[in-house]
Amino acid sequence: MSALASSSSARRAFWMLLAAGSLVLAVALGAAHYMEEHGHAVTGMNNQVVWGLPHVFAIFLIVAASGALNVASVGSVFGETAYKPLAPLSVLTTVALLAGGLMVLVLDLGRPERLVVAATHYNFRSIFAWNMILYNGLFAICALYLWSLLERRMGALTGTVGLAAFAWRIILTTGTGSIFGFLVSRQAYASGVIAPLFIALSLAWGLAAFYLAQCGLARLAGQEAWDEALHARVRRLLGIFVIAALYFVVVHHMTNLYWAKQAAFERFILVSGTPYPALLWGGYVVLGTAVPLLLLFHPRLSGPRATAAASVLVSLGALAFLYVFIIGGQAWPLEIFPGYEASSSFHDGRVDGYSPSLPEFLLGLGGLAASFLIGLAGARALPILAPPKVAMPAAAPAK
Amino acid sequence: MNPVDKRRREFLGSAAGFAGAMIAPGVFLYDYANAGVSDGASRPRSPAEPASASVRWGMLIDTTKCASGCRECVDACNRENGLPGTTRSTDSQWIRKVDLKDLRTGKALSVPVMCQHCAEPPCVDVCPTGASFKRADGIVLVDRHTCIGCRYCMMACPYKARSFVHEPTTGQKPDVPRGKGCVESCTLCVHKVDRGGTPSCVEACSAAGHGAIVFGDLNDPQSEIAKRIREVATAQLRADLRTDNGVRYQGIPG
Ligand code: SF4
Ligand code: SF4
Repeated sequence: MSALASSSSARRAFWMLLAAGSLVLAVALGAAHYMEEHGHAVTGMNNQVVWGLPHVFAIFLIVAASGALNVASVGSVFGETAYKPLAPLSVLTTVALLAGGLMVLVLDLGRPERLVVAATHYNFRSIFAWNMILYNGLFAICALYLWSLLERRMGALTGTVGLAAFAWRIILTTGTGSIFGFLVSRQAYASGVIAPLFIALSLAWGLAAFYLAQCGLARLAGQEAWDEALHARVRRLLGIFVIAALYFVVVHHMTNLYWAKQAAFERFILVSGTPYPALLWGGYVVLGTAVPLLLLFHPRLSGPRATAAASVLVSLGALAFLYVFIIGGQAWPLEIFPGYEASSSFHDGRVDGYSPSLPEFLLGLGGLAASFLIGLAGARALPILAPPKVAMPAAAPAK
Repeated sequence: MNPVDKRRREFLGSAAGFAGAMIAPGVFLYDYANAGVSDGASRPRSPAEPASASVRWGMLIDTTKCASGCRECVDACNRENGLPGTTRSTDSQWIRKVDLKDLRTGKALSVPVMCQHCAEPPCVDVCPTGASFKRADGIVLVDRHTCIGCRYCMMACPYKARSFVHEPTTGQKPDVPRGKGCVESCTLCVHKVDRGGTPSCVEACSAAGHGAIVFGDLNDPQSEIAKRIREVATAQLRADLRTDNGVRYQGIPG
């Protein structure tokens, strides 16, 4: 029996959460339908800012998905036995986040009903098409991985599949970063640092998401989420990942500042281009990085609750970062005529405004809800939830 | 078959007029797009043949003749292609007039900008489904039947040449299928060119007495456009990106 069905209160809480998640998802599907019916004119997106809030949520979920696999990798690839009991949930979190992210991406398409076309027509020069293959491959590998972790007879495979998953997710995150890195004509994205930046971000965001999943599910099952030693390790790891991500963000902006032609764009993102500097400094740097680091490393604060709060803040910081990266990057005009001041009826030479509309926000929330539901249902259906102190059921916290 | 599809098939049928017109448009367009790719030999093209690689359609825009404030080309494009002509940020603009001021000299210029029909088109490279494609004769198009509306091509185009159809369309022209949720851009009036005609913007500019746009085959040394490009200094926009544009400009530095 799943730990989530071990008591009547756990069962009731499970169904209530399932209902709440389904409600959010239903609203999101309604919003997507509304956007499809009326066209993207009812969103804040336009011909200048062509990717908006849905992409912020989708890329967050997809990048976090690959990072969430990290805990399993540490267990089975690097042989850290302490992490092994956490591996199944790590894989499930990956599947859940990836599915939620892809749902948002697909529902935002101009022609979502043409998914079959996307699945049958591949342009192999397109990094986008490669990403679709990588995403589907990750689902397959995760399924195999989960099977090998949960089924004793398959246990021998765990190491190999784990290694494959590890390699695959590094390639996948590189691929996701390259969606932007390949856009050489856009000042915001033409940078060699994008791929490592995305890998570093994925480690931090994925571990934060995993941490929250582990806490939430353990609490639901009435178990202790962490034993002291393991919590300390995960906490430190999260801190290191948050610092690594910040390092690459700084390198990204510093290299941009080094190129004189990027200076105006950097000034826009870092200083003058409301609302982007506020989101970057206030949202990503302070709330999403500095405060979490304090929560993780301050001797008086650090504890499972502080780590959970840090994980929430890291995730919110991630959304702020992506908002600046994706939307701020597009709001800045293309430089088609270097050396000239340009103006036209089509936003040439002029920063464009973008105000997200409610439906696109709801669609993004729907992605989170879908991930939440898959994680919840998966944890109920599969024996995912091993308390870190691999305890016999009888030793589970007595109520 | 909905009316747009029907009209579209009719257009395709008359455009190339070979047996392939009867088969599925996707397959047809694929053939159409690839016809002659391996055939580099220069030979005259009969109207019955599909797009040929011996031809490369292009335009030369003389910025010294283009009048500031004149919108003849823009209006002609909107009329020809059934575009509403409104300029909200969600409206399609296949061609636009860009007003320029030289930052050093202060000199003002006004130039039309449309899809540059790149020989190395980033929009085609990034398109996941292959809906963005380049015909053998250099015209870059979107296959409206396989475009999923992901807008990655708009992110990749260095010239902001593409528009996304944000709303249900009205007033469609039989020759120019459009559809909500798909991306579109200047087709170089392919429906006219394939019948031996000239893009509408070029005609309108001449009719207004400016004659700032020359259309023709860049590969034909005898064509007016090829001669002009040999004789005067011309530039491609953002030549540093090496997209090798079919649209050239005279009077601005490259
Ligand atoms: S100008 Fe833009 S849309 Fe036209 S071919 Fe080049 S990249 Fe594609
Ligand atoms: S919007 Fe259409 S044409 Fe553009 S990249 Fe996506 S599928 Fe291709």
